Amino acid sequence: MTAITIARDPMAVGEPTAPRRGVGIALLGVRRSFGPREVLRGIDLAVEAGQFVAVVGPSGCGKSTLLRLLNGIDAPDGGRIAFERPTAARIMFQEARLLPWARVADNVAVGLGPRRKEPGAPARVLEALAAVGLSGREADWPAALSGGQRQRVALARALVSEPGFLALDEPFGALDALTRIGMQSLLERVWREQGFTAVLVTHDVSEALALADRVLLIEEGRIALDLPVDLPRPRRRGSVALAALEERILRILLRQDRDQPDYMI
Amino acid sequence: MTNESHALPGPGALAGVSAARRRLRALPGVAASAPLRQALVPWLLPIALVVAWQAAASLGLLRSNVLPGPASVLAAGWRLTLSGELADHIAASTARAVAGLVVGGGLGFALGLLNGLSRSGERLLDSSIQMVRTIPHLALVPLVILWFGIDEEAKLFLVALGVLFPVYVNTFHGIRTVDAQLLEMARSYGMGGLELFRRVVLPGALPSILVGLRYALGIMWLTLIVAETIAARSGIGYLAMNAREFMLVDVVILAILVYALLGKLADVVVRTLERRFLAWHPGFRDA
Repeated sequence: MTAITIARDPMAVGEPTAPRRGVGIALLGVRRSFGPREVLRGIDLAVEAGQFVAVVGPSGCGKSTLLRLLNGIDAPDGGRIAFERPTAARIMFQEARLLPWARVADNVAVGLGPRRKEPGAPARVLEALAAVGLSGREADWPAALSGGQRQRVALARALVSEPGFLALDEPFGALDALTRIGMQSLLERVWREQGFTAVLVTHDVSEALALADRVLLIEEGRIALDLPVDLPRPRRRGSVALAALEERILRILLRQDRDQPDYMI
Repeated sequence: MTNESHALPGPGALAGVSAARRRLRALPGVAASAPLRQALVPWLLPIALVVAWQAAASLGLLRSNVLPGPASVLAAGWRLTLSGELADHIAASTARAVAGLVVGGGLGFALGLLNGLSRSGERLLDSSIQMVRTIPHLALVPLVILWFGIDEEAKLFLVALGVLFPVYVNTFHGIRTVDAQLLEMARSYGMGGLELFRRVVLPGALPSILVGLRYALGIMWLTLIVAETIAARSGIGYLAMNAREFMLVDVVILAILVYALLGKLADVVVRTLERRFLAWHPGFRDA
């Protein structure tokens, strides 16, 4: 018992020590076109189990498409996507996408799928809500929650089934700056506790650098940069090391994309 | 008037309207003080009208063979209640209304579901339904009399036809405007088929469906009035037409008021349904 408690301690320093729930993912020559437009032109990528990968790139570069392929919402036209072992794959969107007519607990239970009716389900829902700091809100309507709280419910819904892989599509893009920082730390904490593999698509380079083990820059359907971020966690915002990496990524982005300055710098 | 305590009239302001006050006290859930005053507000205008009406009748400004006062209308109502006639007519009208609503509303709901959920259903049926919808259903009265005479079928047919379209249009629209992002989310969590319909599509369409029901209830009474006025041997409309034969203006007005009350009752039913089923919706919280 004690050993498990220590292993799950979110304050533990170093790499995620949680149970290795994450799955490794391998992509080989993955392509996807919409009509004549080739959005992904052969992506080769190996994501380690439990790794946190951030994907940045200009609008329309194919990063969201990549995420939808990984999550199985969309299928590639060519190439292969292989998961190390079968796992629940979950996705979080920029909008919380909660069912407005279902109370918070029922929304989280959606994440359990058919296992929602099992006897242990309510306890798991409460546990997931506690993990995102929303204990006591289980009987609320989504309309009664703030934007950040709704995203927390969406996160609980995504994690209640203990997925091996979580895809995040600009999950905090619609939140105000302070709430966003809070959500980033929350995401980092649950990721370190639970050890799932995470792929985060974001416009926000500093968010990518704050959270990810590795930042991918996608341009014109190809991986243009694969940058490891070997900095201790939790990372201090505005540190020199982060600023240097951010500078490097932004320089590439801005060179390519001078007329579309929609990045948060 | 800007003074807080004068913003709403206290009980004293209503002195002299004892009948109305008795009615109000009889309303369930009307407690004392602030909630009471809140509940009173919508009644102020009707009460003022009744008072003015009675005053005009008592002062002889209104001729009793044109517009008898509320007291005589109430007396007529009491007379017909005692004889049991009023209850019989209300029962007949309500039975027709409900039967027509069930048949027409059920059909409209079923067609709305079918066409909302299936593109091929829409292609096959929607343009025909829209074409029929543009015909005012009351234009069919002569035809209906030829077909069914003045039997119950005639009323049922007209009411059902009248309520079918608002229910159809709003069900169809409600289903088609269910948030596509929610559908994508639900599918990504493995929901499909009946479960997707029950947990996402139907609740998403419900606000619109209830709007349709509300429209339908209005049309239901309207159609019934016309149908019963033209051809019936029972019901409120018949009561009114019969009273006209004998120049009983008070009974005619009584019939009109009964229709108003029944319409209001139907509206209360839908509001209750909305509060019950749309409790999640910020727009339908208890007002």
